[in-house]
Amino acid sequence: MNDYSILIGGKAGEGINKAGSVIARILSHLGYFQYMYYDYPSLIRGGHNFAIVRASTRRIGTHRNAIDFLLALDQNTVDTHRWRCDAETVVLFNANKVEAEGMGIPIEDIVDEEGGSSVMVNTGLIGAFGRAAGIPWDTMEAVLTLEIPKKIETNLRIARRGYDTVEEQNPIPPQEKTTHPILTGNEAIGLGLLEAGLEAYVAYPMTPSSSLLHFLAGSAGDFGIKVIHPENEIAVMLMAQGCAYAGARTAVGTSGGGFCLMSEGLSMAGMTEVPVVIVMGQRGGPSTGIPTYTAQGDLHFILNAGQGEFPRFVISPGNAEQAYEWSARALNLSWKYQAPSFILVDKTLAEGTYSFDREIPEPVGREGEPRWEGGSPYHRYADTESGVSPLATVPLGGEVIKVNSYHHDEHGTTIEDPVLVAWLNEKHMRKEEAMLDQIETLSPVVTAGKRSAETALLCWGSNIGVCTEVAEEAGLRVIQPLVLSPFPVQAFNAALEDVTTLVAVEDNLTGQLTRLVEGLGCCVDDAILRYDGRPFSLEELREHVEEVIA
Amino acid sequence: MSRRLITDAKNTWCPGCGNFSIQHTLKDVLAGMEEEGRSLDNVVLVTGIGCHGKMADYLNINSFYAIHGRTIPVATGIKIANPDLSVICCAGDGDAYAEGLTHMIFAAKRNIDITLIVHDNRVYGLTTGQYTPTSPLNFHGRSTPAGSLEKPFNPLELALVSGSTFIARAYTRKLDHLRSTLREAIDHRGFSFVDVLQICATYYNMTESYNARVYELEDHDPADFNAACAKMREWDYSSDAAIALGTFYRTSAPTFDEEFSKGRQGDEERKGAIAALLDQRV
Ligand SMILES: Cc1ncc(C[n+]2csc(CCOP(=O)(O)OP(=O)(O)O)c2C)c(N)n1
Ligand code: SF4
Ligand SMILES: [Mg+2]
Repeated sequence: MNDYSILIGGKAGEGINKAGSVIARILSHLGYFQYMYYDYPSLIRGGHNFAIVRASTRRIGTHRNAIDFLLALDQNTVDTHRWRCDAETVVLFNANKVEAEGMGIPIEDIVDEEGGSSVMVNTGLIGAFGRAAGIPWDTMEAVLTLEIPKKIETNLRIARRGYDTVEEQNPIPPQEKTTHPILTGNEAIGLGLLEAGLEAYVAYPMTPSSSLLHFLAGSAGDFGIKVIHPENEIAVMLMAQGCAYAGARTAVGTSGGGFCLMSEGLSMAGMTEVPVVIVMGQRGGPSTGIPTYTAQGDLHFILNAGQGEFPRFVISPGNAEQAYEWSARALNLSWKYQAPSFILVDKTLAEGTYSFDREIPEPVGREGEPRWEGGSPYHRYADTESGVSPLATVPLGGEVIKVNSYHHDEHGTTIEDPVLVAWLNEKHMRKEEAMLDQIETLSPVVTAGKRSAETALLCWGSNIGVCTEVAEEAGLRVIQPLVLSPFPVQAFNAALEDVTTLVAVEDNLTGQLTRLVEGLGCCVDDAILRYDGRPFSLEELREHVEEVIA
Repeated sequence: MSRRLITDAKNTWCPGCGNFSIQHTLKDVLAGMEEEGRSLDNVVLVTGIGCHGKMADYLNINSFYAIHGRTIPVATGIKIANPDLSVICCAGDGDAYAEGLTHMIFAAKRNIDITLIVHDNRVYGLTTGQYTPTSPLNFHGRSTPAGSLEKPFNPLELALVSGSTFIARAYTRKLDHLRSTLREAIDHRGFSFVDVLQICATYYNMTESYNARVYELEDHDPADFNAACAKMREWDYSSDAAIALGTFYRTSAPTFDEEFSKGRQGDEERKGAIAALLDQRV
């Protein structure tokens, strides 16, 4: 197995994320699976940003601590990440700014001589990396041309000078493998929603969901969708309800703080039964917390948000393929059952970069929902066995469509009569049974690793990547519930069969999934919890797991 | 066949409530539109929560009985999703000016083509008589028994500076004027705002005072921003000044809903667009 890890670091504003993406794409063009973790503080200039790009001949979804190449634009990068290096690590740095052992390249001089601008320093460093890793210049040139649309001639000259300055040190051999597209988790979510027929997206910027807004706004023309950025998250949720009432399949996106403002609209959606998909990207809280760092601290908030009792789907994908497939599902399910669907992710997935294998997601497509088939008068809340009333959209040939946030009768007219109040409450919760039945048919619990092992790691969201890798090494089973509401008890119990030791792995302090499954009578023996805003690296989780199961 | 516009829902407004006037005026306006051949299937009413909100139950048209303060974002979403619809908001003064003020300012700013009718009884009716943003200074409401300490704001001026392209005031005891104003507002392309001075028979019955002070605007050019502003400032919602009724300001500007792509991409076309995007990411 070939496995390489490359860290590039510098200051905010020096294009580290972009540089990481270029390196990821180069490795992808060599036929590797890639995964990129991007670490940045909440500031625009200065500070320390770094990206760890990992390439492997097998599918990966996590970074590792040890690195094979260190690419330093500033001194801070060398000093901060020296601990990751060993004697074999190739260190390439900007000799105009940095003092270190390794290979210094006078990149700023090169950029000046070639008439480039200061952001092109990272292009020079990427060029040097290319040679040090023995990557053919053709590949370098092809990827740089794809990634850098502006001033490509100058960029190529600078990259070439970097390339020519160093010697091959640790060759990364090309693989005869398919080059997969590269997507962030958010992009995979966006594409999944589009696959199921998304027509409108409404959002107010908030890390880690902003990049989904940017992606969909940037592609709105290609997909003929409407993307709206209103005054606040209260408006976001209510506008989405308006769009859906008028027939448009609509999603919203936010993080915990923004979702707080959406919760009044969420409860309204529970009562109006007007569908909506909510992409909820978790970051460290409470409150503003650590905006650009990861967490899985909002599960119980999402499971319980909104006054009153109403059913909801909560779906938590953990990699790009799951994000694609299950975002499509989330949209279809919300329309089919007229209940809110959450796509609950963490920053690690939302902003992480993955090789996306198109063959893996099941083709979901746009599924229809139960529609009204005529018969006057139209009753928006017609009583049915499943609790789901046939949907119709304005304008409706002589019939009126009344939706209502108050308790209401079948037609949508406000009522307070106790019999009707109880009827409506029961209708809402009856839907949950139908929702659960459907969920159980969709393989809602993933198992990975050694599936016959009696010790299992229990995780959700992006931790599926790191858990799978550790479990494969150590001969453990991994269990990842993809759907957290309505909770697929049957599939979960099936996944647990013969498990004698269950160890939860979560990015929070109180074990939120642990508490959820314990509430269902499941026994979690140990929990490995991380709550410092950083995702587990492969080595870190390996070490914790060894301690726990020793 | 024209539709019956009043539903069978039991009406629970207090006797003498100005909401009846708005209800029946709106009914007449809708009937008039239908007579002219406009289908009422294309009309959607969005209401807030308050006495005014009951309009959703009482009028037999498409309706979205939303939540307190949030008529405008719902209406905006409806209009963006289907620009062929006529979307009318019936909001309260507590609803539109307190709980949901941001939305009103932004609707005006973006000139979304919807109509906002504020049932301005200058009191919280349904929560039994507290002061609102348009109650006069020193209003003795149930949350301000010693008199409110805040001066009201002038919603017309607020709409004007926010970019509203149609601004009018009407009164529930001047029915002909109310009717023509509502019709004009609905027909206007862009954000239309009508502040309707509505009698609350129970908590703030201003009938005598309004009757003595209202007059209809004459020789006023609604295209003249400065004249509109001056007229709006005649009465600050607190003093005993004369109260002008009519269309203060009207102008035309591109509407927000025009700016979005129309029609839905077919499933095959969508699949192709996704595949093309993935190809670009290789
Ligand atoms: C978020 C929220 N806060 C408070 C209320 C309680 N509430 C119901 S109606 C109302 C005020 C109604 O006043 P207004 O909007 O002026 O309507 P009116 O009853 O006068 O027509 C309030 C505060 C609510 N329903 N929702
Ligand atoms: S309280 Fe006032 S506004 Fe409400 S119904 Fe009675 S009179 Fe009308
Ligand atoms: Mg009021």
